[in-house]
Amino acid sequence: MENSKQRSYSIRKFKEKTFLALVYLAALLAVIPLISLLAFVVIKGASAINLDLFIHLPAPVGQPGGGMANAIVGTLMIVALGCLISLPVGILAGIWMAEWGKGKRGFFVRYAVDVMSGFPTIIFGIFAYLLFVLTMKRFSAFAGGFALALVMLPYITRTTEEMIKMVPRTLKESALALGVPEWKVMLLVILRTAWSGIFTGIMLAVARAAGETAPLLFTAFTNSYWNFRVDQPTASMTVQIYNYAISPFDDWNRMAWAGSLVLVMIVLAVTLTVRKFSKRVTYG
Amino acid sequence: MAKSNRGDAVFRGATLAAAGSIPLLFLLILLMLLYQSRLSLSAFGPGFFFNSAWDPVRNLYGALPFIYGTLVSSLLAIVFAAPLGIGCAIYLAEVTNSRFKEWIATMVDLLAAIPSVVFGLWGIFILGPIFGLSLLNAGVLLAIMILPTITAISREVLQAVPSNLRESARALGATRWETVKLAALPPAASGIIGSVVLGLGRAIGETMAVTMVIGNRPQISYSLLAPGYSLSAVLANQFAEASSDLNFSVMVEIGLILLFITVIVNGLARLLVWKIVSNGRIQ
Repeated sequence: MENSKQRSYSIRKFKEKTFLALVYLAALLAVIPLISLLAFVVIKGASAINLDLFIHLPAPVGQPGGGMANAIVGTLMIVALGCLISLPVGILAGIWMAEWGKGKRGFFVRYAVDVMSGFPTIIFGIFAYLLFVLTMKRFSAFAGGFALALVMLPYITRTTEEMIKMVPRTLKESALALGVPEWKVMLLVILRTAWSGIFTGIMLAVARAAGETAPLLFTAFTNSYWNFRVDQPTASMTVQIYNYAISPFDDWNRMAWAGSLVLVMIVLAVTLTVRKFSKRVTYG
Repeated sequence: MAKSNRGDAVFRGATLAAAGSIPLLFLLILLMLLYQSRLSLSAFGPGFFFNSAWDPVRNLYGALPFIYGTLVSSLLAIVFAAPLGIGCAIYLAEVTNSRFKEWIATMVDLLAAIPSVVFGLWGIFILGPIFGLSLLNAGVLLAIMILPTITAISREVLQAVPSNLRESARALGATRWETVKLAALPPAASGIIGSVVLGLGRAIGETMAVTMVIGNRPQISYSLLAPGYSLSAVLANQFAEASSDLNFSVMVEIGLILLFITVIVNGLARLLVWKIVSNGRIQ
């Protein structure tokens, strides 16, 4: 009797120890990939990075040196186009969902936003291809921007809705009571109050869009030269990194690491800053 | 007065138009993919799913190798990431209160912010020498990429379990393992499973990293160290290079298949997680 009690006690103790060991191990293993990834990106990237990267065009095959200045500008341009499309639509849609989206119609829109946020991003690339590239018969920065806008749209809509819902109703009511028309109240009072939160969401969406490759592969495509026109194929950092990474040339592989370092720095800087200023950040 | 009413009407109209455009876009995407894949749908019918031939020159197309590659790499990812992610979530939500806690949570979260092309680069040059360009490489890489999803949502679900359940178990003399097993896991189970399914959805839809490491060979091989292909990877590689109308239509149908699989998997996940996380506590 005493013996079996003793045994059951030691079995419980053993199980507890195993449990703790396993969860500590899991936590340890979970942080290793990020450390390894960052370490390689920093080490390999730093050895390949130089000023040329930011000011020169890509060098032809076999020629050393060269940069990805056009891709950096291209990414900025495509993401800006994406913002131009997704910000007005996303913010207005978010306002509608927060204010008037309670009923069946609201459920319908919310459902569409939710499902679309889970789409593989390459689907948006295909859609933009069918819509613009096929009809205009050429790759363009605009098609890429449109595809990125679709990537960003669900995030922007959802954050706007959440942030506006957090603004106290009394604020709106007091503004209305002063005789201010509703649309002015919404834009000048409510949106302004919720803006810092919405801005956080926008920054996260921008960081995510800047890191997307799949939607750009057959929309913005790539370009070895400078391009500032929205109806022409445009280089982007991610597609450039992809092309460099899968190439058989050492020089190009090194460029891929250097480009990755720049990209990771930008994305992590944005994400960390945003995390610092907002308590709860959710990643989709 | 009349003027401001008009302003309100315009404003409401604009917000409604913006909100309405989202379901419309959703429908348009579906219809457009269906329409553009009509050639392939009528040429191959449901046999497309079970055919493993892939020869654009002779117009032979079957999606089976890609479906196989997508499923194997994603399931491998789940096999690796689920225990790790759930273990990490239990550590963060149930076990520790140390000052490393926020560090670990932040680091796992940051993993989600890394662009997938960088994961692919890392996969080629760091995992490549170990696993080759293979299904296994893709599985390991995907596991790392979906780890944040599983960890963050499982953690959130565990934190939504009322703490008096845990306190009661501890008061009865339960060890920490017994507390987790008896008090925390049962109410959180469906949400945790949901987080894993959500991770599965992300793994299936992930494109660039997989394209870079899976080997890109349309074959069905039982060895995990053999190269394979996935639905998303074949789109990334061949969509814009279709050689004929039929070939193009086949690519769009592959996109459609990918879309349907992810939407179904995500819907299932949402069903499991939504109720719990949306109101922050478990009934």
